Amino acid sequence: MGRQLYEAIVDGILGGGVYALMAVGLTLIFGVLDIINIAQGVLVVLAAYLSYVLSVHLHIDLFVGLLVTVPAMFVLGVAIQLAFIRPLRGSERTSMSLLASYAVAIIIEGILYTIFGAGVVQLHGWYVTSTVKLFGFYLADIYLLGFGLAVVLVAAIYLILYRTTFGRSVRATMQDQTAARLVGIDVNRVAALTFGIGVAATAAGGMVFGALNSFNPNSGYDLISRLLAIIILGGLGSIAGALAAAVFMITLESVVDVLWSPSWAVVVFYGALVLVLTIRPTGLLGRKEARAQ
Amino acid sequence: MSEPEGRLQAPHRRVDQDAVKALARHWRAAGLAALVAVAAVFPLVAGGALNILFGTNTLIYVAAVSAWGLFSGYTGYISLGHAVFFGTGAYAVGLLALHQHLNGDVIFATLPLAGLAAAVVAVPFGLIALRARRHTFVVITIAVFFIFQLMAYNFSFTNGTAGVSSAFLNWDPATVNNPFYYAALIIAVATVALSWQIRGSAFGLQLLAIRDDEDRARGLGVRAMRVKLSAFVISGFVTGIVGGLWFYLIGQALPSTVFDPAFDLTVALMAFLGGFGTLAGPVLGALILEPAQQQLTLTFPNGYLSEILLGGLFLLVILFLPRGLIPSAREWLTAGQARLARRRAARQPPPGEAAAQQAAAASRGGAA
Repeated sequence: MGRQLYEAIVDGILGGGVYALMAVGLTLIFGVLDIINIAQGVLVVLAAYLSYVLSVHLHIDLFVGLLVTVPAMFVLGVAIQLAFIRPLRGSERTSMSLLASYAVAIIIEGILYTIFGAGVVQLHGWYVTSTVKLFGFYLADIYLLGFGLAVVLVAAIYLILYRTTFGRSVRATMQDQTAARLVGIDVNRVAALTFGIGVAATAAGGMVFGALNSFNPNSGYDLISRLLAIIILGGLGSIAGALAAAVFMITLESVVDVLWSPSWAVVVFYGALVLVLTIRPTGLLGRKEARAQ
Repeated sequence: MSEPEGRLQAPHRRVDQDAVKALARHWRAAGLAALVAVAAVFPLVAGGALNILFGTNTLIYVAAVSAWGLFSGYTGYISLGHAVFFGTGAYAVGLLALHQHLNGDVIFATLPLAGLAAAVVAVPFGLIALRARRHTFVVITIAVFFIFQLMAYNFSFTNGTAGVSSAFLNWDPATVNNPFYYAALIIAVATVALSWQIRGSAFGLQLLAIRDDEDRARGLGVRAMRVKLSAFVISGFVTGIVGGLWFYLIGQALPSTVFDPAFDLTVALMAFLGGFGTLAGPVLGALILEPAQQQLTLTFPNGYLSEILLGGLFLLVILFLPRGLIPSAREWLTAGQARLARRRAARQPPPGEAAAQQAAAASRGGAA
C-alpha cells in the first residue's frame, strides 16, 4: 500500500507536469485577452492527431515531429484569434468569446470525427513501451521524457515572459490593457501572438498526452474540464498558480485512484475545486476580480 | 435594457414614440396569441408521431431556454451547468416511476416533484457557485455538472451506466406523443409567462441591476445573493420539470443523456441566437435551432457533419449578430424609425415656423 501510494504520487507529479504545460497556455491566453479558450481541450486532441499522422504515415519520431506540430499549432492559434476572437466587441465580449471558442471546438471535433472516426488511438514510440527503474519501481520512459519536455517548455515560456521585450509587453497587457496601449504597446499584436503561443503549448502537451493515454476526438471535453478546473484553482491568469494547481490536482486524482477507486477519483478532483473556491473564490494565487460583472 | 432610446428622444417626438410602442404591444400580443394557437393545433395538422415528437422536443427547448434565460439572461451569470437540474429532474421522476410502478396519465402529476428535486439541488449549488463571478462562475457550474454526471455513473441507486427506464406506456402508438406535446406546450407557455412576469417586477429589475453592475446594485440596497439565488432556484425548478417530462417522453435516463454537456451549450447557443437577456429571444432561438438541428440530424445521420454545420452557424451568429436576433432586429427597427422621423421632419417645417407662417397668413387674411 505504501509503495502504491508512493508510485501514485510520482505518477501524479510527472503527469501533472504535462497538464501544467497545457494549463499555462490557457491561463496565459486568459491573462492577456480576458477570455477562456474552450477550444484548448480539443486543440490538444488535434495536436495529438497531428503527431499521430506524422508518426504513423511519415514515420517521424514524436519528439522530432514537434518541430512541425508546434509551429503549425502556433499558426492555427493566431488564425483563430484573428478570425473569430478579435472581431468581438462590446459588453458581451467575454461571454461571446467563450461561445466563439466553443464553436471552434465543436467544428474541430466534427472534422476530427470525419477524418479519424470515433475509435481510440494511442501514440507510439520506443519510449512508450520501454521502462526505466526509478526509486525502486518501473516507469515508462515517456513519463520522464514528457515531464522533462514540459519543464523545458514552461521554462521557455517563463524566459520569453521575463527576459524579452515581447514578454514585457505581454505582462504589461496582462496588468492593464489601457495603460499598455498608452505606452505604445501594440495590444492587438500581443493578443494574437499570445493566443498563438498558448495554442502552440498544446502541440507538446497533446503529443505527451497522446502517448500516455488513448484518445479519440471526444477526449477534448474531459481535457478542457480538467484544464479549466486547474487554472481556476490556481487563480485565473496566474502562471505559477496554474503550475502548482496542475501538479496538485493530478497528484490528488492519482492518489485517490489508488486509495479509493478510479471512478471516484474524478469526483474528488472536481470536489476539491469546489471546496477551494468556497473558501477562496479567486483561486489559490488569483488576483481579486475586476469590479464590473 | 428596455428601450432606453425613448428617454433620449426630443420631447416633441414623445407622443409619436408612445403610439408606436402601443401599436407594437398590440402586435406583440396578437403575434403571441397566434403563435400559441399555431402550436396548439400543430398536432392535429402535422400528424405523424415523428413530427409531434419533433414538436415536443422543440417546446421542451423553448421551456428550457426560457428557464435558463430567466436566470442567466437577466443576471448575466452564464450557467453551463443547467443539465444538473435537467438530469436531477429526470432521475427524480425516473426513480419514483420505477419504484412506484407508475403508468398512465398519473405520470404528469409527478412532474412538480422533478422540479422540487432540482430546486433542492439548486440551493447548495447556488450558494457555492454564486459567490464567484464571470469566468469562475461558469467554470464552477461546469465542475458541478461533471460531479453530478459522475455521481449518476457511480452511485448504486442510479444504476450506473444502465440508467433508469420507465414502464412501457400502453398508449396508442399513433397518438402516444400527443399528451407529451401538450404537456410541453403548457410548461413552455407557463415558463415564458413566468419570465415575463419576473421581467416586469421589482425582482426582475434587481436581477437586471445585478447584471449591469453588481457592486453598485448592492450599494443601492439590492440583496444580491438572495436575489441571484432565488432566480437560480426558480430557473432550476423549471429545468427540473422539463427534465422530468423528457424522461417520460424518452422512457430512459442515462448519465450520458440527461447529464449531457451538449444540453448546456445548446441552451446557451439558443439564448444567444435569439437575444441574450431578452424575453422573446430564448423562444425564438429554440424555435429556429431545435427544428434545424433535428433536420440536420435526419439529413446527415452520421452526426459529424451536422456538428460542423452547427458550429459554423454558431460562429456566424456570434460574428454577424453578436447581440442576437431580437436586439439586432430592434436596432434596425429603431434606426428605421429614426430615419423615417428625420425624413418627415425634413419635409415639414419645424412647429415654431409653421405657427409663424399661419399667423402671418391669418394677419394677411385679416387685412384683406
